[in-house]
Amino acid sequence: MPSNKSVSDAPIVQFTNCRILRSHRLQREDLWVREGKILNPEKLFFDEKGSADIQLDCKDSIIAPGFIDVQINGGFGVDFSLATDDFKSGIDLVSQKILSHGVTSFCPTLVTSPPSVYHQVLPQISIRNGGAHGAGILGAHLEGPFISKEKKGAHPEHCLRTFEAGAFQDLLATYGSLDCVRIVTLAPEMKRSSEVIRELTKRGICVSLGHSVANLSQAEEAVQHGATFITHLFNAMLPFHHRDPGIVGLLTSDKIPAGRRVFYGMISDGIHTNPAALRIAHRAHPKGLVLVTDAIAGMGLAPGRHTLGQQVVEIDGLNTYIAGTKTLSGSVATMDTCVRHFQEATGCSVETALEAASLHPAQLLGIEHKKGTLDYDSDADFLMLNDSLYVQATYIAGEEVWRQDALGM
Amino acid sequence: MRLVILEDYDQASEWAAKYICNRIIQFKPSQGRYFTLGLPTGNTPLGCYKKLIEYHKNGDLSFKYVKTFNMDEYVGLPRNHPESYHSYMWNNFFKHIDIDPNNAHILDGNASDLQAECDAFEKKIEEAGGIDLFVGGIGPDGHIAFNEPGSSLSSRTRLKTLAMDTILANAKYFDGDLSKVPTMALTVGVGTVMDAREVMILITGAHKAFALYKAIEEGVNHMWTVSAFQQHPRTIFVCDEDATLELRVKTVKYFKG
Repeated sequence: MPSNKSVSDAPIVQFTNCRILRSHRLQREDLWVREGKILNPEKLFFDEKGSADIQLDCKDSIIAPGFIDVQINGGFGVDFSLATDDFKSGIDLVSQKILSHGVTSFCPTLVTSPPSVYHQVLPQISIRNGGAHGAGILGAHLEGPFISKEKKGAHPEHCLRTFEAGAFQDLLATYGSLDCVRIVTLAPEMKRSSEVIRELTKRGICVSLGHSVANLSQAEEAVQHGATFITHLFNAMLPFHHRDPGIVGLLTSDKIPAGRRVFYGMISDGIHTNPAALRIAHRAHPKGLVLVTDAIAGMGLAPGRHTLGQQVVEIDGLNTYIAGTKTLSGSVATMDTCVRHFQEATGCSVETALEAASLHPAQLLGIEHKKGTLDYDSDADFLMLNDSLYVQATYIAGEEVWRQDALGM
Repeated sequence: MRLVILEDYDQASEWAAKYICNRIIQFKPSQGRYFTLGLPTGNTPLGCYKKLIEYHKNGDLSFKYVKTFNMDEYVGLPRNHPESYHSYMWNNFFKHIDIDPNNAHILDGNASDLQAECDAFEKKIEEAGGIDLFVGGIGPDGHIAFNEPGSSLSSRTRLKTLAMDTILANAKYFDGDLSKVPTMALTVGVGTVMDAREVMILITGAHKAFALYKAIEEGVNHMWTVSAFQQHPRTIFVCDEDATLELRVKTVKYFKG
């Protein structure tokens, strides 16, 4: 029977025969959706005397919130740090293709680039909802150029900058506009970083520490000024040392302001981080772990040479290096691969693995009231997965936007 | 009165569920001709509800043409509180079956005029043609619904203040904090249940044994309100062996036949 028309005409869909991730547990409950949001069926029953219009049998699938990738540099031949004429169609292509990896929202990431690139590219990135056309865009992640020379990794040295002279104004001039920027990665040991961090935080932009040689107290100071994220933990920072743990020490620091949590990105592709290191981080601070792909243009393509901003990278299997070197540069692992690898390497529960790719990034960005969970009234962005955590179908706003076809291709 | 004694809780639950299922099927409910069921809450009927859900999921039983009337609800507890009887019925029964939400009636403990709510409930039962089968439980003090010792045996649906015993017994559902336990409830009266065409009382567990003894081996007495059903033309008491522990061996042998 349809819903009470005085409340809403929209059809109600009830997903049955499934296990949903709610309150940190997989529960045998049905998932109800109306008008793109998760519906409270008890309220529907008693308040509206309504029931489902359509019932879908999910064949015992796991239903989890859609994955959120906060660090993805491109994929399928598209490089977000390249100011091409067809940039817009490039971002559309990636947003559509990653649906099959279970990603329903993402932050297109730009690596260190000359200001001209930012000025051309950023105005072409708009925050938008996902749908059949592709995953939603939450805003850009600008990784650099205000990073350390010693820890530049795959970033081009000639584009690195400081904001010593004009602090925030320098940053603004470099990027051109911060309208659609969601995350900025910088090295906190740089002079005047505290002012910059405070200014960015004031504007609701998430500040992440990375590509840095900061020691622990510099990192803690940055957190006190507002930094809340660490870019790909362990990579491009000083290694953990027992007398100065560096940025890694933030995971167990006692100087984090009350009520705040430091999150940290992890590329769990099996290459960027040794599984033992992954386990150490996870065990030290499980609630802060955010899975990211750090995927580059070559993700989804055959092995060979591809670009990453101003650099050329070489892909061989899951390994991606700056051409002719052994410097890692991004990855080609997909988000669902990362989730599976994370679960295997740590032996954690399915719920924990799924939350690291959904709830935690949502909490990092302060959007957990509408994304990253299957709570009532949140956006109905979710996935159907089998028990081995392979994505079978992707839904955005309650509509199916991708399905694994029967032949498993 | 029939006294049906099953070996244990599970068997008693299954017997009761089968009985309800058969009653509904035999009635052949259809559009405009609904089967009306009175329903309880608490621990005792959980097994019975599970079985009914199983029969529904097997395709053997539909609630499409069934109307339900619950016995009681707390006053002042938010409807979506996990301990409200609305939550109980939704989680343990309604969400698993195909009942029309318009046909599931539970007293509203947050109504602005509580007595009017009770009167309206009696009216709804009357408009539905009365109750075909009222399923109930029994408290350790022999009460049916919230008709605690001293309740009139001719009482109707009304507001009741809960006895201290009941509040203490309920504290475990409210984190052991007495101040959180509701002190009042809306309940169908003994008279309301007596009006049903058939009554089935579920009684399981040794802690209910004394109440069962008082209910069927002693006289009709407002201190043990379930005893009123000795005067109902069609009552079945369904119990497990433990619940018969305070009965005379003679009584048990008689009913086991």
